[in-house]
Amino acid sequence: MQKTLYITSNGRLRRKDNTLYFETETEKRSIDIENIEQIHIFGEVDLNTKALNYISQYGIILHFYNYYGFYAGSFMPRKKNVSGDVVVRQALHYLDREKRIFLAYCFVESAVYHMMRNLRERKEAEAFLNAIEDEWENGRFNISSISELMGLEGRVRNIYYSSFNQFLPEDFYMEKREKRPPTNPINALISFGNSLIYSTVLTEIYHTQLDPSISFLHEPSEKRFSLSLDISEIFKPLVVDSVIFKLLNNRQITLEHFDEDLNYCYLNQEGRRIFINELRNKLETTVRHRQLNRNVSYKGYIRLECYKLIKHFIGDQVYSPLKAWW
Amino acid sequence: MELQDLKFQGIKINYLYVCKRKLWLFSKNITFENQSDKVLLGKVLHEYSYPKEDAKEVLIDNLIMIDILSDGAVREVKYSSRMKEADIMQVMYYLYYLKQKGIEKQGIINYPKERRKEILELTPEYEQKVKQALSEIEKITSQVTPPPATKQKICKSCAYFEFCWG
Repeated sequence: MQKTLYITSNGRLRRKDNTLYFETETEKRSIDIENIEQIHIFGEVDLNTKALNYISQYGIILHFYNYYGFYAGSFMPRKKNVSGDVVVRQALHYLDREKRIFLAYCFVESAVYHMMRNLRERKEAEAFLNAIEDEWENGRFNISSISELMGLEGRVRNIYYSSFNQFLPEDFYMEKREKRPPTNPINALISFGNSLIYSTVLTEIYHTQLDPSISFLHEPSEKRFSLSLDISEIFKPLVVDSVIFKLLNNRQITLEHFDEDLNYCYLNQEGRRIFINELRNKLETTVRHRQLNRNVSYKGYIRLECYKLIKHFIGDQVYSPLKAWW
Repeated sequence: MELQDLKFQGIKINYLYVCKRKLWLFSKNITFENQSDKVLLGKVLHEYSYPKEDAKEVLIDNLIMIDILSDGAVREVKYSSRMKEADIMQVMYYLYYLKQKGIEKQGIINYPKERRKEILELTPEYEQKVKQALSEIEKITSQVTPPPATKQKICKSCAYFEFCWG
């Protein structure tokens, strides 16, 4: 499997002859460029066009994050997999209201399924689980617009997040979900994890013929690559939230891993390392796929989700979103 | 459309015999070959086999790519002979294509890993078969939706395996 590299320290990416190096003040490490798919850069890293050109020859994507760990943007080499046919049909599914709602609903359905899956094993969250089920079952058959769907999803998500207080350590109490900027540790963790998933999904989309800017649940105008937001909905609860629960309940991440600025709260370098490490393990964990009869990693399931969308667009097979069966 | 006007890349003839679905997807540029280890092996084989031949990867009319042109023969290099029928038809198509341009050649398929080769002549029967193949490709690639996936032994080693069955 193609690997993901996370750079959390400061240094320089340099091409020397036909090798890519990451140099810090103390060490110089060569990077196995043939086997790298994406690099997430958190540290203060210098690089030049010589390095960028070399990196793009191998179709490697760079994701940049700022000082606070917020996603800044990506460098994506010229796309090799372009199919005008797929893009045109993808756009048709956006323009047709019924078709668009169908796909948007699929993303939310899977997201809610995975939220409920996360709470199912927890006794403390039972009441919340029931509340989510009620809200969802009552609402899901009366959706006639994207904004109604968004509203329902928002209500479900509020119940879901408020249940966190029941089973996470007290230090990580959450009043409500806050995004820009997160002002407390739990919100900081969720934001950090979500932006990592967003860029990971973007990498998978890049390797397919999908156009990342044509989306269904989110408005295409909302963000440049909003299809990545759509697909992320499925994987946020499935991957990010379960990583957060594990790290907090095992006390691997504690309050000392956070820094606070005026009204920001963010993971410090050590905290990021721990989080990234756990997230990487999760993404590389494999589950036997029932049709393929092969072990597929969580990252692989993201790719398969893209394939299913393509098959939906070309009229091959109706999209049915992932619902973790394991 | 006149048969004479039907022109395709050689690989499409090959895919017609390997898998019609793959042919359709390939024709829409839905390709995954660049991520396949098997395809990489094939590329390496092409690169390192027959280093003494000068005329390698000869592109004709910006359309068909002939692996090697030597000694009056059109040579195609393949990794294994598992898809022999498809390989033969691909070379027959090259011979047919060249014949339309007034060039008559012999065809050779090299299987360097198996130390085997096939020598081919374009017979009237094959010429007929090539014409049929071309109109079938035209028919398949103009369909709106792809032919459904059908499980075959070769699926497991195909670059599209996860796309078709995932």
